[in-house]
Formats: sequence, structure tokens, C-alpha cells
Amino acid sequence: MAGMTATPRTRTATPRQPGRPLRSRPYGSVLVLLLAALYFLVPVAASLWFTVDDPGKGLTFGAYAKGLRDGGMATSLGLSVRLGLATVALGLLLMVPTMVVVTLRLPKLRRVVEVLCMVPLIMPPIALVAGVSTVLSWEDDLRTTPLWGTFQALHDKNFPLVLVLVYTVMSLPFLYRSLDGGLRAVDLKTLVEASRSLGASRPGTLCRVVVPNLRPAIVSGAVLSLAMVLGEFTVANVLGFEPFSVWMVHVGEYEAQLSVAAAMLSLLITWGLLLLLTNLAGGRNRNRNRDRDRNRTGNRRRTTV
Amino acid sequence: MTTTATTVQQATPASPGAGGVGLRLRGLRRSFGATTALDGLDLDIAPGELVALLGPSGCGKTTALRIIAGFETADTGELLIGDEDVTAVPANRRDIGMVFQSYSLFPTMTAAENVAYGLRVRKVSKAERAARAEELLELVGLPGREKHYPHQLSGGQQQRVALARALAIRPRMLLLDEPLSALDAKVRLQLREEIRRLQLELGITTVFVTHDQEEALSMADRVAVMKDGRLEQCAAPNELYERPTTPFVAEFVGTMNRLPGVVRDGGTVEVLGRRLPVHGECPGTGRTVEVLLRPEGLKVRTGTDADGEAATVRVATFLGSTTRLLLTTDSGAEAKADLPSWEADALTPGARCTLTPHEKPVLVEEAA
Repeated sequence: MAGMTATPRTRTATPRQPGRPLRSRPYGSVLVLLLAALYFLVPVAASLWFTVDDPGKGLTFGAYAKGLRDGGMATSLGLSVRLGLATVALGLLLMVPTMVVVTLRLPKLRRVVEVLCMVPLIMPPIALVAGVSTVLSWEDDLRTTPLWGTFQALHDKNFPLVLVLVYTVMSLPFLYRSLDGGLRAVDLKTLVEASRSLGASRPGTLCRVVVPNLRPAIVSGAVLSLAMVLGEFTVANVLGFEPFSVWMVHVGEYEAQLSVAAAMLSLLITWGLLLLLTNLAGGRNRNRNRDRDRNRTGNRRRTTV
Repeated sequence: MTTTATTVQQATPASPGAGGVGLRLRGLRRSFGATTALDGLDLDIAPGELVALLGPSGCGKTTALRIIAGFETADTGELLIGDEDVTAVPANRRDIGMVFQSYSLFPTMTAAENVAYGLRVRKVSKAERAARAEELLELVGLPGREKHYPHQLSGGQQQRVALARALAIRPRMLLLDEPLSALDAKVRLQLREEIRRLQLELGITTVFVTHDQEEALSMADRVAVMKDGRLEQCAAPNELYERPTTPFVAEFVGTMNRLPGVVRDGGTVEVLGRRLPVHGECPGTGRTVEVLLRPEGLKVRTGTDADGEAATVRVATFLGSTTRLLLTTDSGAEAKADLPSWEADALTPGARCTLTPHEKPVLVEEAA
């Protein structure tokens, strides 16, 4: 019996000192997190409540049903998505080869390209659109030239190419920053030379080695650009087109609840779209990162040979 | 391992095998702005030979390797692989395998995908690629690592995969750009032996750039010492060490003493009380020179006598089988001498001794 009673004493050999917690509780961090969550969630929750609360009828989803039935919403949202995808495609086609060439061949031009790409960030969209409007006003002067057809295509209401061009310029800072970060994270020169020494052509190297290694940066730039296009209002409104953001404002002038419901739906759709893009393009990298994290944890316990 | 290597050679009839191809560099010049990286480099490498390009930073060895690989273009001169002039051939058409200093594995590909990359570019069938990748990974001692990503491999393992990747395309020759410099000492030693073993087994002509003389001397058939874009001497390691043709080579490879001497008649020099034949350029009789002598080329005797020059031991460093003594002669010159540790017991700091050189031809340089 004596032996049996001894065991509990051994287990409590390192008694906790009274009044001294083993680890201080992170009250400060929780408070900051709570405040940030409130900052983001309160407006969303208020908007949601506004859309479902009808003072006469109580809780109703009528605004959402109306929005989904509204042809204008589908058309404008479709246009925004198409503009966004075209902008991302054009921006990447323009920026990926440029950044790769600058990194590999013309590193001295890096600062110049950076400054050029950052200009749209400091230039107000209204100034940009003023310039674009002036150029578009030349249309009448060009009526007798082959350029007239191009001008017509530029502001086709169904798919205004001029918006794609302007949005591409506006997306340059996001694409530059993302791609620059991605390029700095890999030893591009060595990877390209390794690929070339193994017989790959330059385009082959770009597709097989460079782009896969830049995938996280490309996805990040694409997501930011897409989000920018989906929310852009000034340029589209001044040029007289009606993508989703403009449609929402127009609807809000006479039907506030529908406008906010559309905003809520757009929020969901945008999140869904961004999530889809991130998953489609970044799946393998995510697995790689997960493996790496797991490996790092494992390495702490063993010596690598 | 030998069995595996034999299998590879049997399975790859197009491989260079024991023959390999020769490489000739003719008058290569390359400048970067005002800096001349290569200043008329001439070098012949025999088929199946491993030549190390050795030299201090900025001597042009990496530029030479990059020109051979096709990543840089020479301003003038020509480059021949076998009988083919490849001076203007782009890097991807030279059929040269290369292992880089930094880890150059493609991070998004597994080890097997990395090894098979060159074959994929050549549109080799998937099954053949997989088989070749497996074979090569086994050859470099990494069986079963096919599905590992580079970040899941250690530095040494990554360089092995890089070597397998370079060999997978059955290159005409192999270029190694300081492939061991990023590795820790133990792995470096192990991998250095494995690279040499593989190179000998495959008989592939190899150019190896390094600034580590021990690495160059232990691995290469011949070592090409470069300085200021030029070739100083290209010779077998023992010849380079024993009979350097220039003071630069003598001092760069191994440790060298510079002791005062005077040139005497008949191409001899008097140093430490002895007359030694001069090897290489010899200034006129009576000129004061610096005589280059290896630490192991000095004899140290306990006590002082008339034969040689009296000296005092300043520091004795035990290095295992040998002990290195730092001595000051009575005339004020400093010298390092290596002798078997069992002979150095009495030569503690402060001990008096006599220093004499071995009777061997020596290099001299006019005193500044």
C-alpha cells in the first residue's frame, strides 16, 4: 500500500507555484483581433440586415430574389467578370515577359519599370479617364481613316476594349509588385540557365520553368487586378459604360435595398471567384508549402544528411 | 554502385562512354566594360579528361566556363567541341550538362521530374523518361527519392539530383561550376569523391571550376591555374605542386616560403647556406632574389651548426602526422617548415635549430 500511495507524490514532483501562471494569456492580441473583426464584420452584418429586414413584412429575401431575376444585374456582372479576366490576361501577357527580361537581361532598368508601373497608383482615375476621353473624341476626325473601325471596337457597349486597356494600366502596380516579389524569391538566372543547358528553348523555358515558379506571384497579381476591376467605378461611369459597380450605383438611386443586396451578392461572387482562381492556379504550390512546413517541423527532430 | 554504372553504360550506347569528346579553347577574349575577364585564353582538354579551372576571384574561370556553356559570348576567339566549332551555337544546342554552384533544381518539380526535364524537352517518351530518371537517381545514390521535391532534400542530395539531371541527357561534356561550395565540409568531401568516381566510370569530359585548391588537386586529371584572364599553368596536380612554372602558381597552390637568396654562377642560387639550381627564369649573377621554398622542402635540425642557417622556433602547430614550425632565421627571415610530428618533439617555441633546404631546383623572383 505504501508503494501505491507513493506514485501520486512522484507525479506532483514539480508543483505549480501559486499565483504564477505558466503562460500569460494573450488578452491584447485577442482584443486587437476582436476590434479588427468588428471593423470588417459590422458593416457587412448591417448591410445584410438592411437587405433582409422589411419594416412592413419582417424578415424577407425579396431583394435578393429580385436581384437574381433582374436582367441588368446579370448583364453588368457578366461584363465586369469578362473585363476582369481580359484585363488579367492582357496584364500578365504584358508584364510576365517584361519582368523576366528586365530581371535577366536589363537589371539596370528595374527601377525605371518600377516607377512606370507605379504611376497609375498615384494618378487619380479621373485624370486618366480625362485623357482617354480626349483620345476617344478624335473618332470623328478619323472617320475617313482605317483607324475608325478600331475606335468603334474600342467602345463597343457589349465589350468595351477601352476599359480593358485602361484597367490593364491601372492593374500594373498590383502586377508589378506581385511579380517583383515572386522574381526576387527565386534564383531565376540559374533556373533559366539550367533549363537552357538541358536543351530548352527560351519560350519553352518561360512556360515550363519560369511561369510555374512564378505561379504564386501570378495568382496574387491576378487576384488583386480582378478585385480592382470588379470594384472600379470612376472610369466606367465617366466613359458611359455599365459594368456591375456602375449598375449598382444606378439601381441604388431608386431602389436602395436592391442595390445593397446586389452588393452583398457581388461580395459573395467575388470571393467565390477569387477562391476559385487561387485554388485552380495555386493548388500544387499549396501542397508544396504544406509539405515544406511539415518537413521543417520534422527537421527540428532529426539531422538531415 | 559499380554494377549500376555498368548497367547505365550498357543501356546508353549514345553516351560518350570511355571516349568522350575533346574541347579546345582558342584565344578567348571577353571584356565587361573596362574589365577584361578573359585575355586570350588557350586550353586543350583531352576526351574523357577532368580539368579543373583554378584561380582567385575575378581570374576569369567562371567566365570561361560560361562561354563553354554558351551563357556568355566571347568577344573574340573560338571554341571547339570535338571538331565542331560551337562558338556561335546557342546554349540549348550544345549538348553540355551543367551543375551550378547554387541549388538549381526546379522547385516545382520532383527529383524525378527534374532529372527527366532534359529528356522531356527532347520529347522522349514518358516511360523512357521515368526509367532513365530512376536509373540516374540510383547512380547518384538517391534511389527511392523520385517523388521528393527539392525542398525535401538536403543540399548534398540536391546537388546529386542536379548531377543526375545533367547526366540524363547524355551530354557530350559536363561542366561543374563550384558545385560543392555551398555544402558543408563532410558532404563536400563525400560528393567530391562520388563526382570523380562517376566521371571516371562514364568517361565524360569534364571542366570543373573551383577556387578550392584542395578540391582541384584531389579531383582533376589536370589543373589549369588562371590569373587575370590568362592561363598561368595547366598541369597534373603533382606536377603543378612540385614544379610550378611561375611564382604565382607556386604561391597559389599550397604554402610557399619566400627566403632571401643571391644568384650565383651556372644558374644557381644561394639560400640558407646552400647552392640550389634555379628552375625557370633566373636573374643575372649577383642579384638579390626571393627564393620560393615549400615548408616540406626545408630540413630542421636541433641545435646550430655551420651547415645551413641558425634559426629560432617561434610557433609549433601540431597538425596530426606533421607539425608546422614557424621559424625566424638569425638574419631575420621568417620561414614555415613542416616535419613529421615525431621529429618535432624537441622543437618547442624558443628552441634553437638549423635550417637547410632540400637539394631541389627552386623558383626565384627578383626582390622588390
